Amino acid sequence: MRRQLLAGMVGALLVLGTPATGAQERFIVVSSTTSTEQSGLFGHILPLFEKDTGIRVRVVALGTGQALDMARRGDADVVFVHDQVAEEKFVADGFGVKRLPVMYNDFVLIGPKGDPAKIAGGRDILAALQKIAAAQAPFVSRGDKSGTHAAELRYWKAAGVDLDAKKGTWYKDTGSGMGPTLNTASSMNGYVLADRGTWLSFRNRGDLAILVEGDQKLFNQYGVMLVNPAKHPHVKKDLGQRFVDWIVSPQGQAAIAGYKIGGEQLFFPNACTIAAWRKSPVSSPRSAGTRDLASRNASRSNSRALAYAGNDARWCEIGSCLPVPARH
Amino acid sequence: MADVASAGGLPIVCAGVAVGHNGTRILADVDLAVTRGNLTLILGPNGSGKSTLLRVLHGLLTPTAGTISWGGASVRPRRHAMVFQRAVLLRRSAAANIRYALDLAGVRGAEAESRIDDALAEVGLRALAGRSARVLSGGEQQRLALARAWALRPEVLFLDEPTASLDPKASRAVEEIVRGIHARGTTVVMTTHNLAQAKRLAYDVVFLHEGRLVEQSPAQGFFNAPRTSEAAAFLEGERL
Amino acid sequence: MGTFSDSLTLAAALVAHLDPRFVDIVALSLRVSLTATALAACVGLPLGAAIAVGRFPGRQALTVLLNAMMGLPPVVVGLVVYLLLSRAGPLGAFGVLFTPAAMIVAQTILITPIIAALSRQVVADAWGEYREQLTSLGAGTFSAALTLIWDTRYSLATVLLAGFGRAIAEVGAVMIVGGNIDGVTRVMTTTIALETSKGDLPLALALGIVLIAIVLIINALAQYTREWARVRYG
Repeated sequence: MRRQLLAGMVGALLVLGTPATGAQERFIVVSSTTSTEQSGLFGHILPLFEKDTGIRVRVVALGTGQALDMARRGDADVVFVHDQVAEEKFVADGFGVKRLPVMYNDFVLIGPKGDPAKIAGGRDILAALQKIAAAQAPFVSRGDKSGTHAAELRYWKAAGVDLDAKKGTWYKDTGSGMGPTLNTASSMNGYVLADRGTWLSFRNRGDLAILVEGDQKLFNQYGVMLVNPAKHPHVKKDLGQRFVDWIVSPQGQAAIAGYKIGGEQLFFPNACTIAAWRKSPVSSPRSAGTRDLASRNASRSNSRALAYAGNDARWCEIGSCLPVPARH
Repeated sequence: MADVASAGGLPIVCAGVAVGHNGTRILADVDLAVTRGNLTLILGPNGSGKSTLLRVLHGLLTPTAGTISWGGASVRPRRHAMVFQRAVLLRRSAAANIRYALDLAGVRGAEAESRIDDALAEVGLRALAGRSARVLSGGEQQRLALARAWALRPEVLFLDEPTASLDPKASRAVEEIVRGIHARGTTVVMTTHNLAQAKRLAYDVVFLHEGRLVEQSPAQGFFNAPRTSEAAAFLEGERL
Repeated sequence: MGTFSDSLTLAAALVAHLDPRFVDIVALSLRVSLTATALAACVGLPLGAAIAVGRFPGRQALTVLLNAMMGLPPVVVGLVVYLLLSRAGPLGAFGVLFTPAAMIVAQTILITPIIAALSRQVVADAWGEYREQLTSLGAGTFSAALTLIWDTRYSLATVLLAGFGRAIAEVGAVMIVGGNIDGVTRVMTTTIALETSKGDLPLALALGIVLIAIVLIINALAQYTREWARVRYG
């Protein structure tokens, strides 16, 4: 009787535990960041990918650090994040097959309209941070090892502000995602570094506004990579590779460029631009795949009008390949 | 209604039985034999140990000293049944309550159904067989408890103040049932604090006082000429 | 305050329009939590009854442990289940991480101690009342435990509701093991967390209102059934 009970329980778990869509469905798991998910980008591009390929994408949205950890454990097929240093380490450690640049957006420095540190209108992120530290104005940090957090720490360092020494009550570490951190900043009128995508789709702004933007340093590059099947044999390498191929293909890049909130484009596809920047003789061995492409087009690489290279998915049209966003 | 076949659980013999709890004495040095076919009433003032003795006899309580045996065995026989002061009925129908007890006793199928019907008829509850036991009146519940005990065809039936919380009419009904069960060969041991009831029912009386067995005599002799001063005082007090 | 009235209006609109995605989310919440409650009942009720009725060494310690585990933090349960079900973990080969099955497992672990501890209390109280009668009838420990479970079914129904309430309201465990994947593992609580992150507080609160309403309706139905049964069956 107890054995029957146990069998019944396992059966119930299997029946009720499988997704309603059915076990036969072809899908991959993509570990990504909150910025791509919460900005609505995935909601816009994934249906297009699914229509093209019939492959469903299950996105688990975390901070970049967590997303990479998850993939390191083998719990994702593809990683789509934004912390180049961490991503390259991920690939170098053998967990990722190859990192491909996909798109960028930029970080913006948000703050209260009252602006106690008097930084509004500036373009220099480092100068702005120095002023905030000097004024000891409230600053809210992610503190969650996400891509945005990593970028923020780089800026403080570059600005010459030794956080460990200067950190006081003015510097709040929320240890949570972009949204909760923005909620905190909104409620206490603090400064906060955010990615533009999440900011644009964020509703609870209160008295906050963009104060500093447009600095080249605020460039925020997203990369995609297939989790290494050599490390994790269960990785769906064919389906995952098709996603990677698609996202850097003209269709994928156009889909990214087509996502707008209130007429404003959130992410700027640049799979091709980066590939072109990597001049073949000096490119690193890791970018071997793109180097071939780049060398093929080396003669034209100075031109902004990079040709769309026929069948090669890693090339895209010029229109979506602006190196730095044009800001109003 | 079938008679009770004799089983091996009699006589019940207590020798030097004592029950204590955290240093307080509840029963001390009780020597007692319950013999077949008797209808014994255990009498005594409140706190004299009546219920405790009944539980020892039924094997629900292990004495802290002394020995007890059932027909020479030291294990409680299965065919001894007990009815408690407040009927403990399961949350199911009257018939199902009896069926449950029979099932535990290994009686199932047609034999069980016929015993259920018979027992319910015996206590006048046949019409309420399908009624939930928990919604019956107090008197009906106690009669059902008796029917459940009787369906087991017990060799011995213990009753712990079965009428204490019933009105006179319901009490008389219970008495009649007990008498009927005894008449069919079941040995009955019952506690009560109701002297009139004891006089109506008893063949034999066991009188307890402060945890000691003070007197054991045939009912007539006990009520007419108690041998001990404690029993005399008890009867006197009750009369007043 | 505007947010509250906005949320009430939104909640009403969500229910009125029955947007398919919203319905899917509600249905998944119910499916996951009801399954978890059923599984936890299969383990928790017999366990609670066994501890109430049984006499074995370590029984007191087990009771204390169960009572303490009623306060298990969902995040910890989620993390442990994640590590177990992760590809790098001991049960990774089953590949159930980020599926409703993983969420069911996490919620089952979360609420089994609650159901076991509360049912232990209910059954122990009944055992105090029934023990002599059941012993007199010759019921063994196992059969007495089953009898008590059935006889205290109305009280145990409340225990199951407590477990269900905890399951459907928790977010920490399902967020970690389910991954809050749109259309696959997104339930009401993770949706609320997501909308809060996005700063859409009125929508988040509206979903919260709907969640509370659903739990309220289920409790009301259970209460009504119980009262009806009590009057009818005692």
